[in-house]
Amino acid sequence: MIFHPAIIALCVASLFICLMIAYSAYYGIKIVKGWDIKSGSEQQLVLERRTYLISAILTYVFGFYLISLFLYVFTVDRLHIVFTGAMCAAGVLKVNSYGYPTLLLKIMIFIFAGLWLIVNYADNRAYDYPIIKTKYLLLLILTPLVITEMILQAGYFLQMHPNIITSCCGSLFSEGKSSLTSELASLPVVPMEVAFYLSMLLTVYLGISFHRKGEKGYLFSVTVAIAFLISLVSIISFISVYYYELPTHHCPFCILQKEYGYIGYFLYVALLGGAVSGMGVGVLMPFRNIESLTGIIPSTQRKLALIAVVFFLIFTALVTYRIVFSNLVLVS
Amino acid sequence: MERWIERQKNILDFTLSSLFRRKWKNAALALVYVFLVFLLASVIFFTHALKQEAGIILQNAPEMIVQRSIAGRQAPIPLSYIDKLKDITGVSAVKKRLWGYYYDPTAGANYTVMAPEDVQLDPRSIIIGEGVSRTRQVFKGSTMRFRAYDGKIIAFEVKSIMPSESELVSSDLVLMSEDGFRRLFDASGEYATDLTLQVKNPRELSVIASKVVHALPDTRPILRDELLRTYESVFDWRSGMALFLVSGAILAFLILAWDKASGMSHEEKREIGILKGIGWETSEVVLMKFWEGMVVSLSAFLAGIILAYIHVFFTSAAFFEPALKGWAVLYPRFKLTPFIDASQVATLLFLTVVPYTLATVIPSWRAATVDPDSVMRM
Repeated sequence: MIFHPAIIALCVASLFICLMIAYSAYYGIKIVKGWDIKSGSEQQLVLERRTYLISAILTYVFGFYLISLFLYVFTVDRLHIVFTGAMCAAGVLKVNSYGYPTLLLKIMIFIFAGLWLIVNYADNRAYDYPIIKTKYLLLLILTPLVITEMILQAGYFLQMHPNIITSCCGSLFSEGKSSLTSELASLPVVPMEVAFYLSMLLTVYLGISFHRKGEKGYLFSVTVAIAFLISLVSIISFISVYYYELPTHHCPFCILQKEYGYIGYFLYVALLGGAVSGMGVGVLMPFRNIESLTGIIPSTQRKLALIAVVFFLIFTALVTYRIVFSNLVLVS
Repeated sequence: MERWIERQKNILDFTLSSLFRRKWKNAALALVYVFLVFLLASVIFFTHALKQEAGIILQNAPEMIVQRSIAGRQAPIPLSYIDKLKDITGVSAVKKRLWGYYYDPTAGANYTVMAPEDVQLDPRSIIIGEGVSRTRQVFKGSTMRFRAYDGKIIAFEVKSIMPSESELVSSDLVLMSEDGFRRLFDASGEYATDLTLQVKNPRELSVIASKVVHALPDTRPILRDELLRTYESVFDWRSGMALFLVSGAILAFLILAWDKASGMSHEEKREIGILKGIGWETSEVVLMKFWEGMVVSLSAFLAGIILAYIHVFFTSAAFFEPALKGWAVLYPRFKLTPFIDASQVATLLFLTVVPYTLATVIPSWRAATVDPDSVMRM
């Protein structure tokens, strides 16, 4: 265990968020079971009031997870000093088997909470809360994710054993320790570049056409999800390499550092924002035809599609700018 | 979008004026909030700056130090080991180091005495650190007397005083020639205190270290990275401990915040009742409460951080120096280099604003869902 302030902060915040989510889930179950909009009973009134609280909590959770995601990577990166052979976050995340799963869960929770808020937004605008039960069932999926994330994160930090000198001990600590590899496996550059630009082109095209005509919402959403994954793989495969100007360094975390002007934050925020709003279009699709939502969802979806397109364009522009002006030439 | 911003602006405007009307009630909470952020931020800034400082100093340290140990204690290392170490592939240079501690009864302090190879000094002169000069009131040109191992007094002339920029490392330092050192401590010419190694490829360091242990089983190599790692952990541990100690205060603060938020005055309840009566929706009252929390949190957070910055970097953390820095008679005077990054701010945010927000969300929701008629009838 390492007594780093940021580690304590992350664990404390996770604990608080977990408590709040568990509290929301408890009332979520009550709402799923007892919700009846036509009833004027006291219980129904209490449940209706609870929904305000739960939306407020989820909004906070969404915001906190975004910060927590970056603080986690930042802290882990800072810890590379105490592990032999680790050069940055990529190596430290490998010190035990909890590191990467925690990171993935954090990203998943962020996206999931974002999608939940989109559904919530649409539902709250209808007079009769038509999708409230689906919404709270979704919340029940989010809850175990958040709890698992807290446990994995605690496990990750608790099982860290830094290689440090303890006083009056004559042995060499670094000796015989298998060194952590910092490099990640990456896919070849040219096919990835082609895949990246194709997926971006398709996303932007479908997004604009959805914004105009409101058609092919599912296709757009699936494309966004695929484009998001391709972009993540591309960051490892070639985008990061252009930033580092070092053909062998494929780290997706070092771009978050000062040396590269914190450009990573812009890249990841654009990517995550694009993914959440783009996938939000698809999540809303099944509810389009509900009577009280017909006037709400299509306009919300169009806005979301536009936001997603803007985010993906920003991401592509940042990447392309770097590829063009980098001193490194990967493809001549 | 524009409408949305306008709406937030209007609600924020209302919140601010409502907060201002009840300024004394909020002042107590804000004060405690500021103090808490100040406390935590000071700990974090201070230890971080110390780590930074240690890292900068160790950058000039040798990549590897080889010490000999006998019965678990460090012992002088024979100079004949130098050739054996030079034979190891990958080692580019081996240098001997002569250093030790000298207890000065008049000052009641320990000096670090070194005989550096790269500084040319005649056997009768020394260079001293700022701290030594301050404590003993000796300056350039004065004579300093040392008691040698056999009780004889040896006088040295102070040739110069080390510049104060390096005070953190050089405060208690006395540099002398090799002859002077050997005369003072009866150190035999065949031994050195320890050896330093330079390596051609830093990636080979740990391999070379294991070769050293293999070739000279009575030695222990210490890598610079290990020193860095240890400093890092020690300071992390200290700040972690300090945070644990103030965790009671954080908890107390949260209870206070919870209590303040749930124990609304009659006037506040009426205000919300009237707002709802004139057509505000519950979600808008929740939004107002959100802005209220943000205004209190962010102002307290900002004020706390600024105060901590002044405390740590302008007054050298006057409050915690004894606890976090350790102490010594010849303690160096130094100013820390200001260094703050986003992760420190995010850490503080997670330790204060996040718990505060979550602790007040339920009470503010309760407030927002009161029945207008029941409060107005009270």
